[in-house]
Amino acid sequence: MFGKLSWAAIPFHEPIPLISTAVVAAIMLVALAVVTAKGWWPYLWREWLKSVDHKRIGVMYVTLGFVMLLRGFADALMMRSQQAFAVGSSQGYLPPEHYNQVFSAHGTIMIFFVAMPLVIGLMNFVVPLQLGVRDVAFPVLNSVSFWLTAAGALLVNMSLVIGNFARTGWMGYPPLSGLAFSPDVGVDYYLWSLQISGLGTLFTGVNFVTTILKLRAPGMTYFRMPVFCWTALAANLLIVAAFPILTATFLMLLLDRYLGMHFFTNEAGGNQMMYVNLFWAWGHPEVYVLILPAFGVFSEVAATFSGKPLFSYRSMVLATLAICVLSFMVWLHHFFTMGAGANVNAFFGIMSAIIAVPTGVKVFNWLFTLFRGRIVFATPMLFLIGFIVTFVIGGMTGVLLAVPPINFVLHNSVFLVAHFHNVIIAGTVFGALAGYNYWFPKAFGFTLDDRLGQCSFWCWLIGFYLAFMPLYVLGLMGMTRRLQHIADPSWRPWLLVAGAGAIVIFCGILCQIAQLYVSIRTRERRRDVTGDPWNGRTLEWATSSPPPAYNFAVLPKVETIDAFWEMKRRRRRPATAYEAIEVPHNSATGIVISFFAVVAGFALIWHIWWLAIAGLLAAAATVVAFGWSDEREHRIPAAEVARMERTRVRLGGSA
Amino acid sequence: MNGDDHLLEDRTPGVESHEAMASVLWYTVGLGLAIVATIASFIVAQTSLLWPPGISVGLIVLALAQMGIHLVFFLHLGSGPDDTNNILALAFGVLIVFLVIAGSIWIVANLNANMTTMPIK
Repeated sequence: MFGKLSWAAIPFHEPIPLISTAVVAAIMLVALAVVTAKGWWPYLWREWLKSVDHKRIGVMYVTLGFVMLLRGFADALMMRSQQAFAVGSSQGYLPPEHYNQVFSAHGTIMIFFVAMPLVIGLMNFVVPLQLGVRDVAFPVLNSVSFWLTAAGALLVNMSLVIGNFARTGWMGYPPLSGLAFSPDVGVDYYLWSLQISGLGTLFTGVNFVTTILKLRAPGMTYFRMPVFCWTALAANLLIVAAFPILTATFLMLLLDRYLGMHFFTNEAGGNQMMYVNLFWAWGHPEVYVLILPAFGVFSEVAATFSGKPLFSYRSMVLATLAICVLSFMVWLHHFFTMGAGANVNAFFGIMSAIIAVPTGVKVFNWLFTLFRGRIVFATPMLFLIGFIVTFVIGGMTGVLLAVPPINFVLHNSVFLVAHFHNVIIAGTVFGALAGYNYWFPKAFGFTLDDRLGQCSFWCWLIGFYLAFMPLYVLGLMGMTRRLQHIADPSWRPWLLVAGAGAIVIFCGILCQIAQLYVSIRTRERRRDVTGDPWNGRTLEWATSSPPPAYNFAVLPKVETIDAFWEMKRRRRRPATAYEAIEVPHNSATGIVISFFAVVAGFALIWHIWWLAIAGLLAAAATVVAFGWSDEREHRIPAAEVARMERTRVRLGGSA
Repeated sequence: MNGDDHLLEDRTPGVESHEAMASVLWYTVGLGLAIVATIASFIVAQTSLLWPPGISVGLIVLALAQMGIHLVFFLHLGSGPDDTNNILALAFGVLIVFLVIAGSIWIVANLNANMTTMPIK
């Protein structure tokens, strides 16, 4: 009846997961109780959970990313403390069986449920506004995307209480992830949660490619699009091209595990190296999915906070597109040591060095944008400067790792760990934080506290250097990654410094929480009434903060790059004639499908076949039910639009 | 390029155009060609019409032709200026598929060649 599920799945005898689960459950219960007591459910359900507004979906994505950041960061603190304690005769406090789950969950969560939601959230919020349009191409699909991602995140977190998570590392290489060596549910949690959230990501890719290619304000040609839209286009092209590879690879591993097939086993002609190959054929484009939107954020921040147009817009666009294509030609550098010949390794080594060139072009573009600009040292600008310096270091260690002979020495050492944290934290995370500080006033109508923002920046920057520079040294000393126990006591001082760095980063996260709290408390003082708090250049600043549901009462007419800057220069007359605007109905389709996806995923993980079939059928029925309904939009009458716009202009907004 | 024109003229695959392209005749021709290509591949595979080592090449050619027929007749992929996006998307897709398949074959063949042969039990 319940497949493999029994009371033995709940770790009553393990205090750490049990206590952390109890704490999380308590927090959630309190939150639910508050929402219920205050009677917020109808509002939440109507205006947020069912919302198909790209701005609200973007906000929910970013919220999901930050919440999961806390979970992933807790894992990081556990690993750092374990490695600081478990030296010599001490075994630390995490047994290998638990430690392996911690590092696997850390990697999986940070990539799929922190970095991805943060960049997709920013794209969701910003891209339609920058394009000067009213929503994405497929608003309901957008909601489905978000809720599928949230469903995957929920499944990963359920593995904490019910059963266990994969002990294979975040890549889940067979044969370790095969049935022979991982017979329990850990790998299934990993596979199904990523299959479900991967589907959501693929939908996002389709949605945004369509939006950017097909929906743009009148006059917005390709070469008038803001750079963030270009990077979003490139990132979503990569999603569309790369995520099916991951889905297919995971499907083959699932067939191996569930139906006894032999894609990645040693028997019956299977080849486990094919998994590694396919995983990275997705995996390398994926890192550019994460970094390109961050490059876009930094391009916007550089131009806005130096009061200058971006230096060499066209070379920035071309570099973005070059990276988009080249990112599919370098994937072997993740497994140089697997044993391909010199020709293969040389080719991919050279391609990996070449892909650094367009990134170098971008660094110079940002530097020349700052050069002689009127720089405002607000939080996003600090993140930009911290990014340029730190990311260049990460890029150079990357080029170093791209040299096959060096890679044979450093492969799977903590040098590699330091390298990819260097580019992901200094690139994607700093980019997301810069974007969060930059666009927060647009989303909520008030600015974030800059002093606490700067505190969080310095903690993140200093903490990063403390936490990861020692790992470069340790990697050169020969320390491999994922060690539960440290045999060489001479590594300990470096590990203690790294642990201190993690604590400093934690202070940065606390500063962000404080920043959010203080900003909300003092929001009346920090209202953004103009809709343009930073003297921005692109169209998202042309509407009020927060924008109305329809974004723009009259679609802006675009004549140049930096369209809003040009409008401000020419002092456009406010529009007075309005037309009725069609907006899509909110829809519960996304959240209902994802509920059934969680049910089906959980059932598949535990081999509860009847429930899996029921869940899949219910999800399919929801899709059909949505397809059947024919009333999907409602009109806001012209008089209502005019009334809302008058209020907005009276409050000081630009017309 | 002129943005206004671009936005107005461009259309997604499946949207009816004003030309006579999406007519019944067009679909019928497509269906006929698709059937011809299908039957031809069965003939190639089951007879010795082709030089036997060339059969696989013949099948690949027919498969590509089949894809082309579908793209042109059913998905209305044309060479007109309004199809630029679709052609570019197709070219990108073909490039990526080529890179991943060719790269994977090259890499894994290389790995196999460099591995110690294991006794098969």
